[in-house]
Amino acid sequence: MVVAKGVTKRFGKLEVLKGIDLTVGRGEVCCLLGPSGSGKSTFLRCVNHLERLDGGSLTVDGERVGYRRRGDALHELPEREIALQRRDIGMVFQRFNLFPHMTALENVMEAPVRVRRESRATARERAGKLLDRVGLGDRAGHYPAQLSGGQQQRVAIARALAMEPKLMLFDEPTSALDPELVGDVLDVMRSLAADGMTMVVVTHEIGFAREVADTAVFMDEGVVVEAGDPREVLDRPVQERTRAFLSKVL
Amino acid sequence: MKAPAPALAAPQAQAVPDEDLHTVPVRHWGRWATAAVVLVLGAGTLWSLAKNPNLDWATVGEYLFHETVFSGLVTTLWLTAAAMVIGLVGGTAVAVMRLSSNPVLSLLAGLFIWFFRSTPILVQIIFWGFLGALYQELAIGIPFTDVTFFAAPTSELITPTIAALLALGLNEVAYAAEIIRGGIQSIDPGQAEAAHSLGMRPGLTLRRVVLPQAMRVIVPPMGNETVTMLKTTALVSVIAGHDLMSNIQDVYAQNYKVIPLLVVAALWYLLLVSLLSIPQGWLERRYGRGTSSASASPLRRLLAVRPRTRKGAGA
Ligand SMILES: Nc1ncnc2c1ncn2[C@@H]1O[C@H](COP(=O)(O)OP(=O)(O)OP(=O)(O)O)[C@@H](O)[C@H]1O
Ligand SMILES: [Mg+2]
Repeated sequence: MVVAKGVTKRFGKLEVLKGIDLTVGRGEVCCLLGPSGSGKSTFLRCVNHLERLDGGSLTVDGERVGYRRRGDALHELPEREIALQRRDIGMVFQRFNLFPHMTALENVMEAPVRVRRESRATARERAGKLLDRVGLGDRAGHYPAQLSGGQQQRVAIARALAMEPKLMLFDEPTSALDPELVGDVLDVMRSLAADGMTMVVVTHEIGFAREVADTAVFMDEGVVVEAGDPREVLDRPVQERTRAFLSKVL
Repeated sequence: MKAPAPALAAPQAQAVPDEDLHTVPVRHWGRWATAAVVLVLGAGTLWSLAKNPNLDWATVGEYLFHETVFSGLVTTLWLTAAAMVIGLVGGTAVAVMRLSSNPVLSLLAGLFIWFFRSTPILVQIIFWGFLGALYQELAIGIPFTDVTFFAAPTSELITPTIAALLALGLNEVAYAAEIIRGGIQSIDPGQAEAAHSLGMRPGLTLRRVVLPQAMRVIVPPMGNETVTMLKTTALVSVIAGHDLMSNIQDVYAQNYKVIPLLVVAALWYLLLVSLLSIPQGWLERRYGRGTSSASASPLRRLLAVRPRTRKGAGA
């Protein structure tokens, strides 16, 4: 589903991604781990072209994201076409980024109505179901400011699911939450994984990675240090850097 | 300024147990004193005005609802409204251009804002009013060729009203653009990213996600701009714009009753500006949706923050 080959990314002189190779199969859950500043968020943002690549190639479901190949060069697509590609890639942010001027229900309905031109009635019905699914059916009329962090994050997941994406990206979805709220969000993600959603999750929740992930990828300083079965990578890491990181997190 | 309370309070202090004591806020004797002084001075001023024969309230009354004044009022109102609409629509466009990643557009918008904010509005009004002195004829065609689609004498095209509208509108575009740009930039970029990640295009993101939130920041200064605009329309009297002020000037140029007619003008401007705060409050509440302070009216919010005095059990 996601195939990255030699993805590089620079911010000015700083090389943040130094050739990332990564493959996530359909229906698989891939957890990205690594110390702060290792480029996890940047890589995730490259997947739906919130950041431009400087080199390498990145495809989602066989389609190159954000670029079209012409000869030996990749030409960036116009915003219109990138927007079309992004419909199929849901993203959940560390700080939720719900639209504060819309209720939970309106947040979930917005993209189906405005982007997919669904009728309001259909969109409302689906949005209600999605909110039920994340356990917030009774909070549909609440504004984000009236919801707890954990509830906001679950609305954000419902909002992303409303576009029926093929792939979901999560960037540290629980690290802005109070510990007692983390569980609810992880439960929703667990059920998504069980339903066969392809997911790339940046997380520091080692327990979740061990339990849910099909592959764990450990990144440091813009390179993939170690990748594979989470039980291997997390419990019997081969690389010294992985071991050092895990001993700090656990 | 010790209150004479202790004599009264002392016996109570012994009779009432600690948990039933009540608190008394600081007494602001100074406020009462200033209020009294202000009242006396204010009453004196009003009295002297009311009695002053030069003010001539009869003339004020005669002209307050006079036809000439009314027609000027109508011009002032629609000139203000039209200039603000031009300002808002144009200002949004210029603000978006200014923030655009296209350097040509951004530079163009910057130049526009720089020019119209850096020349006095009075100069701009007179300039548009006397455009005929610069170009006798206005034409639309392809530059450096003889192709012309349309041509007309400037004096016919740019009437004083059009000149006034152009001057006020274009000036407002420049100021509104800066206010709107500030509003757009005050919104967390994460909002646009979230919208993009849902497949929303930049235009839709601006319209549905960024601008509605930016309005909270934009409305109060734009309310200010509207008030300023309402009063600035008085300047178009220099090109005979037939606004309220122009018409008032026409009247007192004939009957020399300058002061009473200025009072008429002042009363009308006061009323109009006062009325403007109503739609502004409404807009502020509408765009404050989702923020915790949005539900209550500003007055109720003010009252709500007052600490309540704890009442004793017996009170
Ligand atoms: N827009 C940007 N401009 C310049 N530098 C950036 C930008 N975004 C990220 N960086 C830099 O890129 C590096 C990698 O950032 P990134 O956010 O991908 O790290 P991360 O692995 O997600 O870390 P964390 O766990 O703290 O979220 C950091 O050194 C960061 O300072
Ligand atoms: Mg990050």
